[in-house]
Amino acid sequence: MPYRAIKQLPAEEYLAPGHDMCAGCTVPITVRLLTRIAGKNTVVVNATGCLEVSTTPYPRSAWKIPWLHLAFENAAAAGSGVSAAFKVLKRKGLTDKDVKVVVLGGDGGTADIGLQSLSGAFERGDDITYVCYDNEAYMNTGIQRSGTTPFGAWTTTTPPGLLSAGQRTWKKDLMGIVIAHRVKYAATASPSHIIDAANKIEKAFSKGGPAFIHFLQPCVPGWKIDPSLGVKIARLAVQSGLWPLYEYEDGSVRTTVQVAKRVPVVEYFKLQGRFKHLMNRPEELTLIQNYADGLAAKHGYGPLVPASQ
Amino acid sequence: MTSRLGLSGNTAAAYAVRQLDVDVVPVYPITPSTTIMETLAQYAADGRMDAEIITVESEHSAISAAAAASAAGARTFTSTSSQGLLYMHEVLYVTSGLRLPVVMAVANRAISAPINIWNDQSDVFAERDTGWIQIHAESVQDVYDRMVQAYRIAEDSRVRLPVMVNYDGFVLSHAHGPVTIVADEEVAHFARRVASPFRLDPDSPISLGAIVWPDHYFEVKYQAARALEDSRRVIDEVQNDFRGMTGRKYELLRPYMAEDADFLLLAIGSVCGTIKTAARKMRSEGLKVGLIGLDVYRPFPGKELMRLIGGAKAVGVLDKAFLPGSMAGPAYTDVTSALCRYGVNVPVHDFVAGIGGRDIKVEDVQTMYRVLEKAKDNARFDREIHYVGLRR
Ligand SMILES: Cc1ncc(C[n+]2csc(CCOP(=O)(O)OP(=O)(O)O)c2C)c(N)n1
Ligand code: SF4
Ligand SMILES: [Mg+2]
Repeated sequence: MPYRAIKQLPAEEYLAPGHDMCAGCTVPITVRLLTRIAGKNTVVVNATGCLEVSTTPYPRSAWKIPWLHLAFENAAAAGSGVSAAFKVLKRKGLTDKDVKVVVLGGDGGTADIGLQSLSGAFERGDDITYVCYDNEAYMNTGIQRSGTTPFGAWTTTTPPGLLSAGQRTWKKDLMGIVIAHRVKYAATASPSHIIDAANKIEKAFSKGGPAFIHFLQPCVPGWKIDPSLGVKIARLAVQSGLWPLYEYEDGSVRTTVQVAKRVPVVEYFKLQGRFKHLMNRPEELTLIQNYADGLAAKHGYGPLVPASQ
Repeated sequence: MTSRLGLSGNTAAAYAVRQLDVDVVPVYPITPSTTIMETLAQYAADGRMDAEIITVESEHSAISAAAAASAAGARTFTSTSSQGLLYMHEVLYVTSGLRLPVVMAVANRAISAPINIWNDQSDVFAERDTGWIQIHAESVQDVYDRMVQAYRIAEDSRVRLPVMVNYDGFVLSHAHGPVTIVADEEVAHFARRVASPFRLDPDSPISLGAIVWPDHYFEVKYQAARALEDSRRVIDEVQNDFRGMTGRKYELLRPYMAEDADFLLLAIGSVCGTIKTAARKMRSEGLKVGLIGLDVYRPFPGKELMRLIGGAKAVGVLDKAFLPGSMAGPAYTDVTSALCRYGVNVPVHDFVAGIGGRDIKVEDVQTMYRVLEKAKDNARFDREIHYVGLRR
């Protein structure tokens, strides 16, 4: 039975409060949701990044389920190792548990430096659920661009200047890459659409094979946003067509959240300091709006409706 | 019950892995270690071994999957050589830092560039200080025996560190030799599992791989270093038990005609066989020469070594690896550190040979012994490395 309301979600929490993530960070929303659904018999493998350093400052840890961090670029391989271990230990009667393996990596740890190990795990069909929390830059090291930083965005390594207007490349199509591995399940998700995300997480766990969920995660210092606006901004990303919500299953792609009336990308950009320099560059904004229109068309989103006053 | 089989170093290692009831084996091919994983894959395919073989996409992932599986409580093995070992570099530290008892066989090979698939020991020496227990084999029998001993050492609660079993590429990895095999049940009993309380268990969740700030990091690293230092006691115990089971004697160091020797060579791996031949020859000519095989290299048995070389007139260290820009080969630096630390006053000379598969002949070894003989009354150390067998 799919979830229809937040109160139907399992209540037990596995990420304790008191961790060191920024006030207003949207990543803990994803992690709490993910682990509540995953439940007790879960092992989390975490790539190096914001989540890892902020939740485990020794001797404290926010994790109430077993958690492993080895390095930045090998989380998927580590997930494969844990998964294989429980499989064979069960076969040999050395454990009686069926353990879910959930891997969590940032966009850098997943789409850039970790892409090789991700590809290996998915191509082999290993039984892991990999969740990429995409805050669209290397935040832990101080907001450097990654392959998933959107076109036009400011980062410390794509500073706008006389000769540049921020990031000059388009967001890497990580979902496309993942789907090309013919994984059992893949989906995009957003902390603004909790029920949609919850059902995707549930599905991912039910597949018994490689599953992937790609969350967009507004980041307070990295996106230069007001800490109270993370979820709202995530919602605008969906409503602008820049972050369509869809899933891939049994060889086909299905849009899971329809947007009848789209908002212009500037509405999404206006709340983020990282796009401030674009506000007086109409040619850049047009390029990005065209890009969003293309994504929206692919997912059957409705027409653009100028911001209502 | 024992039997004798004709095995190569790689198939001997694989044979031991099967007997050791290993659970998870991530593999990635590289010459000359590849035939280990081929053999293991066949064992698994034939149902002769119940393990998860993970055909990873790189050595970085091989060691990562191995470390992670070990963290989950599985007995884990992998193998590699040369570029593959170097590619693991980062995660070798992670494995020892997290105290994960992974066992890895390394068929030692030269490192690129220029690319070269033949034997020297540059690969393991590049990883010498990664916090692993490092053991070297002199023969195919050693490869098998050291593999049988490895998990007992690694998983001991006083140790909890990864173990690397090294042997020379091709010379040992591919050459077949007679190997006396221990019966399956005896190996199983000898190397029975010790469950670690520090594993990923939903019933008692731990966080493994946390960020450690300056107020604890030093202590955590010191504890691992201390455990590596102290592992020599456990290695001794395991060697003794192994001797009890098989009659075969292993020690941290392997002296050969060393007791009364005036001129000693210290060497690692299969070259010890050649050195023994040379030593016997020179002894018959009246020169009192001897050899000490540095079998267990990490932890470095400095104290034990000093006891054995104290009476020599001159000592030579044979390095099958070199450290460009450094003043000496890697083993030489360890040996001279031990001499200084224990105040032992013996002239020591550094020989670099056997690089990139260059043969070390009996005559080369004789040359080395002659250098020692000539130098005995001279300066304590000489100023230069002797590159033996090099054209220049
Ligand atoms: C091999 C390696 N290279 C670089 C780093 C430094 N580093 C740590 S976290 C990080 C960025 C992480 O970015 P991302 O995966 O997007 O996660 P985020 O910090 O944004 O959550 C970098 C570059 C590292 N730890 N290891
Ligand atoms: S830098 Fe961004 S992603 Fe990292 S904790 Fe802060 S808000 Fe979250
Ligand atoms: Mg990021």
